[in-house]
Amino acid sequence: MTPATRSKIALLGTLAVLLLVVPLLFPSAFHLRVAALVWINAIAALGLALLMGLAGQVSLGHAGFLAIGAYATALGPRHLGLDPLLSMLAGVFAAGILAFLVGRPILRLKGHYLAVATLGLGILVHLVVVSEVAITGGPDGIQVPRLVLFGWRVVGPEIWYAITGVVLLLATWIALNLEDSSTGRALRALHDSEIAAAVAGIDVARHKLLVFVVAAVYAALAGGLLALLNRFVTPDVASFLRSIELVTMVVIGGMGSIAGAIVGAALLTVLPQLLTFFHDYEHAVLGLAIVLFMVFLRQGIVPGLAGLFARGRRA
Amino acid sequence: MPPEPLLSVRGLRCGYGRIEAVKGVDLEVAEGEIVALVGANGAGKTSLLRAISGVLPLFSGSIRFAGEAIEGLAPFERVARGIVQVPEGRQLFAPLSVLDNLRLGAFRRGRARTDENLERVFALFPRLAERRHLPAGALSGGEQQMCAIGRALMAEPRLLLLDEPSMGLAPFLVDEILATVARLRAQGVTILLVEQNAVAALALADRGYVLETGRIAHSGSGRALLDDPAVRAAYLGI
Repeated sequence: MTPATRSKIALLGTLAVLLLVVPLLFPSAFHLRVAALVWINAIAALGLALLMGLAGQVSLGHAGFLAIGAYATALGPRHLGLDPLLSMLAGVFAAGILAFLVGRPILRLKGHYLAVATLGLGILVHLVVVSEVAITGGPDGIQVPRLVLFGWRVVGPEIWYAITGVVLLLATWIALNLEDSSTGRALRALHDSEIAAAVAGIDVARHKLLVFVVAAVYAALAGGLLALLNRFVTPDVASFLRSIELVTMVVIGGMGSIAGAIVGAALLTVLPQLLTFFHDYEHAVLGLAIVLFMVFLRQGIVPGLAGLFARGRRA
Repeated sequence: MPPEPLLSVRGLRCGYGRIEAVKGVDLEVAEGEIVALVGANGAGKTSLLRAISGVLPLFSGSIRFAGEAIEGLAPFERVARGIVQVPEGRQLFAPLSVLDNLRLGAFRRGRARTDENLERVFALFPRLAERRHLPAGALSGGEQQMCAIGRALMAEPRLLLLDEPSMGLAPFLVDEILATVARLRAQGVTILLVEQNAVAALALADRGYVLETGRIAHSGSGRALLDDPAVRAAYLGI
């Protein structure tokens, strides 16, 4: 077994154990709901971690893709009479196509043009869902019908906890395999030097585009699950602060670390629940957290702690 | 009629923005040759090499490789056809392990051949085998150059473009790297070599071109260029 395979199994195993243990420790409906939110945010953060950590590209409008998944899940049943699950999958597909169309011209360029373009895209999506009141319900939001699978009404926090947990497990498995594949190596290579990657025979533009589409699909999937869990979608899901939150999860957890994305998502989802008396200052605390991490634990939690641990063992 | 050379460049112009670095160069490399490209700093040697590998777009001119026009191809497509560059300053993927760097060189080749080629590279540079799990950024300058050449060899080049392999290396390492270049030729790799160290490069090469402000000023066999008084005075400092 290679070291990469071993660490893959270790992470998936830890995650599976965690999924089983959390309901035993925190059986209340509220706790399970928060946990389900953690798994959903972790899915979106995972995609972004691949984009930022492996390929070194930043998306500052990732909430836009989250919103596309969420609103597709709400709008399909409302306007077209589609099944919510089918609508969600259509939304995920649409987010992938949009990422392809936006990314194709931009990712041919070197540098952080993607950050600027996605920033615009995110604001655009937010604007559309706020102002197209007749279609999206505008600032008031829109209801999502209950998911019914083969006559079974999917309801209850335990069920949603389990569904989101299993999807996260699958998403993690796919992300780990992508990271460990020749495509993952190519992405890390072009992150380091696009010229050297090109003369090593890597089609730089195509690989950057691929990981951007994957990140968009992950975000839209998370958005769809969020809509189904909450049974309500508001334009909040598309807001710029939402995008920044996602980036913060990846940065705090540790860029380029799959486990880090999950830890970062957990921290940023659970902390506001614990610090409800700070609610008015939530985003100020978020900003402070980024600053402190950049100063004291630049690599993020997971790589930072792994480094400390390795140093401790050597000493 | 003599066979067509492996690489033939005609009227190549390229540069950066409005600045023309290479102003119409004709150049040929026959199968199995070592051809040296020498000249002062800023003569356009690196730009010419980057144009051949496809990293730098052409203003005009043509490049034919193995009987095929390639000037419209992207760098990765040229790698697939066998043109592989060892970029100036090595450009290793510093955080990645030596092994991952080498594997990345084989990106366009099958997995079965990758293992075989790894053995070949480790036989050529035993030091890389010892350090295969270290990050490439932790290697010494000479080892990094070996890793850069090894990464290029993983792609099974028909034509190896070597840009300043001796840059920043101690003199005994320069000799070692140049000896490796000679061994590669013996293994059937055709080499286009850019070198600041013109004397050593011309002594090693079958033929050479002297580049001067984007144009070819002299060309001929390596020996003839070394003996040419004009070349010696202007470029070799002898």
